[in-house]
Amino acid sequence: MFWQQMVNAINLGAMYSLLAIGYTMVYGIIKLINFAHGEIFMCGAFFTWWFMTAQSVPFPIAALLGIMLSTLLGISVERIAYRPLRNAPRFAVIISVLGMSIFLQNMARIVWGAEFQTFDVDFGLPAIIFGNVVIPFKKIFILATSLILMIAIGLYVKKTYIGKAMRATAADPEAAEMMGININAVIVLTFAIGSAMGAVAGILFAVNYNSIDPFMGFNAGLKAFTAAVLGGIGNIYGAMIGGILLGVFEGIGAGYISSLYRDAFAFGVLILVLIFRPEGLLGEIGKSKKREQPR
Amino acid sequence: MKLENPKNENNLDDLAGGSQAGLQKQKQSPLVRMAGLVALSQWYVKLLIVLVCLIIPWVVASNYAMRVIIYIGLYIVLALGLNVVMGYTGLLNIGHAAFYAVGAYSTAILMVKFGMSFWLTIPVGMFFGVLLGIVLGFPTLRVRDDYLAIVTLGFGQIVYIVANNWMGLTRGPRGIPGIPAPRIGFADWQIVLESYPAYYYLILFFIFVAIYACVQIMDSRVGLAWMAIREDEDVAAVMGINLVYYKTMAFGFSAALGALAGSFFAVFQSFVSPNSFTILESVIIITIPILGGLGSIPGTIIGAIIMIGGPEIFRAASEYRMVIMGAFMVIMMIVRPQGLFGKKLYQPTYKM
Repeated sequence: MFWQQMVNAINLGAMYSLLAIGYTMVYGIIKLINFAHGEIFMCGAFFTWWFMTAQSVPFPIAALLGIMLSTLLGISVERIAYRPLRNAPRFAVIISVLGMSIFLQNMARIVWGAEFQTFDVDFGLPAIIFGNVVIPFKKIFILATSLILMIAIGLYVKKTYIGKAMRATAADPEAAEMMGININAVIVLTFAIGSAMGAVAGILFAVNYNSIDPFMGFNAGLKAFTAAVLGGIGNIYGAMIGGILLGVFEGIGAGYISSLYRDAFAFGVLILVLIFRPEGLLGEIGKSKKREQPR
Repeated sequence: MKLENPKNENNLDDLAGGSQAGLQKQKQSPLVRMAGLVALSQWYVKLLIVLVCLIIPWVVASNYAMRVIIYIGLYIVLALGLNVVMGYTGLLNIGHAAFYAVGAYSTAILMVKFGMSFWLTIPVGMFFGVLLGIVLGFPTLRVRDDYLAIVTLGFGQIVYIVANNWMGLTRGPRGIPGIPAPRIGFADWQIVLESYPAYYYLILFFIFVAIYACVQIMDSRVGLAWMAIREDEDVAAVMGINLVYYKTMAFGFSAALGALAGSFFAVFQSFVSPNSFTILESVIIITIPILGGLGSIPGTIIGAIIMIGGPEIFRAASEYRMVIMGAFMVIMMIVRPQGLFGKKLYQPTYKM
């Protein structure tokens, strides 16, 4: 029983990690939370579902199209809700992005309906059984996809030239600009990568639970944000560790205390972390308390 | 004065808080002076507004319109409470519906299960609201801006989850039906407040109480401390303002008004369920002071009339209500971040 719980928890955690990467990357560059990230996650799943059911496109191609559309959506969010407010008070940006999130959520509700939709993907491969622990193939697929993507993102940011530009922009935007880095391009690219990761997480989420609804992005987004904060916001490896840890906390809390309050556990963890260690597990001490100029 | 700053003679007046503004008045154009005659600060303008408010139930015949007007009143109280935290103290709170829920559930449970009088449940609800506000106020000492936004968001969500799952106390999603109407008087001489005009006068009374409390507290040392915190937290702390005390106080005050609105909501609806206190509710409340102008009481009232009354006029498009609201929040922040009645003066306030 315990190991079965653990498998599910880590699986859930991997999806949170993937979603948390989007938050953490955007936060690292512009020092603002992308409240609309959860909606990108939801739209990723819905676009894929739409291509699969309405257009009867096979799952891999539908997923690719869904990811591309969500990436475009993420870039538009940056264009509409962030860029005009680049030098505005922080307060204004938070409200504007929150408005964007409500807009997308309710647009999805109107277009696709408020009820749950079935998202059925059959891999046609058998489950793996260890003793009394059953691991369906889709869980292995989810874990493998998330791990590969996370490692790829980590290497991309660390090894490539563009990754270097991203790190430079995160460290000091003005200095980076003076060194000839096109800040706008870096920000757009960050949003694009983050949104793509968010869309993948949304599709994996849908594969895991076989059902999607327009409001799934809100809770998942809040939890992924918790994961990002837990690991230390702005730190990609922190997001990965934070996601897995949060999944495990939630699994243990839901399995051994009460499954009705599983969401409350996650938010409780978030509030406790923010109060007692706002810099997160891997964050630099004092970083989050410093006032930073919004970009 | 002229030597130091020949271009702008207003400076010294401004520093003196406008008390020497007599110098300027003579130069005003007649139009501005006429506008001054109908300004809110004139006593007869206030009296006129109060009179108009008092005769509304006699003029409005339809029950439906009365219901909308009472809802507007309810949101005015809620938004005035939120305005204290957001407009005066400059702290973002996306969980105001939590206080609203606490007030509503306190009244509902105490009246239905324990048969308490409505008037006694108000202070109890406010007490629990303030308690919750103080709990929520503590994280604000460690976190700022978007972190604070997310803490309050998570907090509002926790209250919603608890209301949804604590079967023993709140009956979960089934809600608490059959909340009795409030009564005035003793023993045999009792008036039951159950008609729409009665509820209207009740909420009107609450609105006046809320406005009076807000105006009084803003003119006090507490209000000044809040504004100092809003302008610059670090400077305020250096000036000897106790941040812990004043920030939790702002949350407590805001929570008390939220709980008051919740108590009214419980008796007015005679039914409470967690669905009335979702995150969307918090967002609706948050848009009101933003539309009206943060920190402005008349702005908040006009904001509530537009945000709550507006969708009722376009009932055909009710499905699009939230979509329009989302788009509106984005556009408002780009075009006029200080709101309809907000002063330009307040704008650099939130710059960090």
